[in-house]
Amino acid sequence: MAADQAQTEGRRTPLYERHLALGARMIPFAGWIMPVQYSGIINEHTSVRTRAGLFDLGHMGQLDVRGPDAVAFLQHVTTNDVSALEPGKAQYSLLPNERGGVVDDIIVYRRPAGDGYMVVVNAANHAKDVAWLEQHRAARSDLDVDIRDISDQTGMIAIQGPEAQAITQRLTSIDLTTIGDFSWAEGDIAQVPAMIARTGYTGEDGFEIYTAIEEIGRVWDALMEAGKDNGLVPAGLGARDTLRLEARMPLYGQELADDICPLEAGLGWAVKLEKGDFIGRDAIAAMKAAGPPRKLVGFRLTERSGAPRTHYPVQVDGREVGHVTSGAYSPTLGENIGLALIASEQAGVGKPLDVVIRGRAVKGVQVRTPFYRRAK
Amino acid sequence: MSSPQDLRYTRTHEWVRVEGELATIGITDYAQNELGDITYLELPEVGSEITQNEPLGVVESVKAASDIYAPISGQVVERNETVIDSPDLLNRSPYEEAWLLRIRPTDPSQIEALMSAEEYDAFATQAAH
Repeated sequence: MAADQAQTEGRRTPLYERHLALGARMIPFAGWIMPVQYSGIINEHTSVRTRAGLFDLGHMGQLDVRGPDAVAFLQHVTTNDVSALEPGKAQYSLLPNERGGVVDDIIVYRRPAGDGYMVVVNAANHAKDVAWLEQHRAARSDLDVDIRDISDQTGMIAIQGPEAQAITQRLTSIDLTTIGDFSWAEGDIAQVPAMIARTGYTGEDGFEIYTAIEEIGRVWDALMEAGKDNGLVPAGLGARDTLRLEARMPLYGQELADDICPLEAGLGWAVKLEKGDFIGRDAIAAMKAAGPPRKLVGFRLTERSGAPRTHYPVQVDGREVGHVTSGAYSPTLGENIGLALIASEQAGVGKPLDVVIRGRAVKGVQVRTPFYRRAK
Repeated sequence: MSSPQDLRYTRTHEWVRVEGELATIGITDYAQNELGDITYLELPEVGSEITQNEPLGVVESVKAASDIYAPISGQVVERNETVIDSPDLLNRSPYEEAWLLRIRPTDPSQIEALMSAEEYDAFATQAAH
């Protein structure tokens, strides 16, 4: 085994010392130093599926978008229909580029009082997104909109899993049952003013919690304590990745990129062509009319092998038809699963494909996704 | 860190135990801990030759696939099918139940040149920081 060089360079979230005390393995990620695992990825993954896990999301970016033309601006720079978003609601959306590719995938939250929006962006794209939005704001001087990067003032954690609501409810006077999927509410948690959103990236029920950055440690500690008897564990980026893959949630840089159209990635539901003009609309509409040349498909491997991993070639009848975007040993299913971007004519549930792993074509079959869906 | 005294070690975190004319090889406790949950193992067939410092197989964890390097050269005389069937054994018993291969060394002097337990512990402790 090749020796890993221990890397400790990067920005630290306010929870950094807590991760070390919990025995986390820290890795560099998008300019940050983040916990990849504590007790082990499989244990953390299983805990989130069966009980609950707590995630530090301090690396993610938050942008405040306000002003009389905030809606018009967001309509212009995103694919989903922001005008449909009521106060206290959130929506998954994309920042498209002119060619119909994707700059980032985001969550747009409308503030409960209706006064503006918060856009949550990926850590890896944070600086790029801010520059992109500023550029497009400048180009639309007709719109009165104010974009403020509030990431340095905002703490963010997530509690996910079937026990998440029971644990969180002990610490807040908000009746959490009143917060529906993709909704959020303002209130106190552990005596700290917070925004509590029923959103996540695991395929489980749970919340993402935003507070002032200096208070997030207090909320983390209170949740860790409150969740002790429910089997709550801290969970790192490793489990976050396997959880989101089983739930078929895309990861920017793998399922999404500046040269992958949302229609190819199966995200047509987040693109509202009828809402009016927006960046990249013509390119996406043209692809819709012609039919996407590639399609993102789910597969499982049917032979014993190593895990399919990002960029491994995908073949049908010995001919390369695409590549693996994400793949892993699925802790929930106990088999190797993955997503692959392949030529549309080869796509179809039940159709075979081979993944080339270290020079060997390993047999697989396309399956329905998500790979895992929680019981309601 | 205190690795078993009776083994010799490599800088790529493999171990060798001499047993008469044969040598048993595996990966260290430090290696399994660095890898995390081990999910898959690929090892050469009995009868094949392995060459010192060349990859002999692959160990995969949830996170990544890593090469296993041959600590010495030789011919494979036995491989541990149990650990191939249950790779997580490597996380639980890297020095005993989860041995990987028994080989007939080509040049036993290669073993002497490997690190002692004290040398390896010092090396691995440094690698961890």
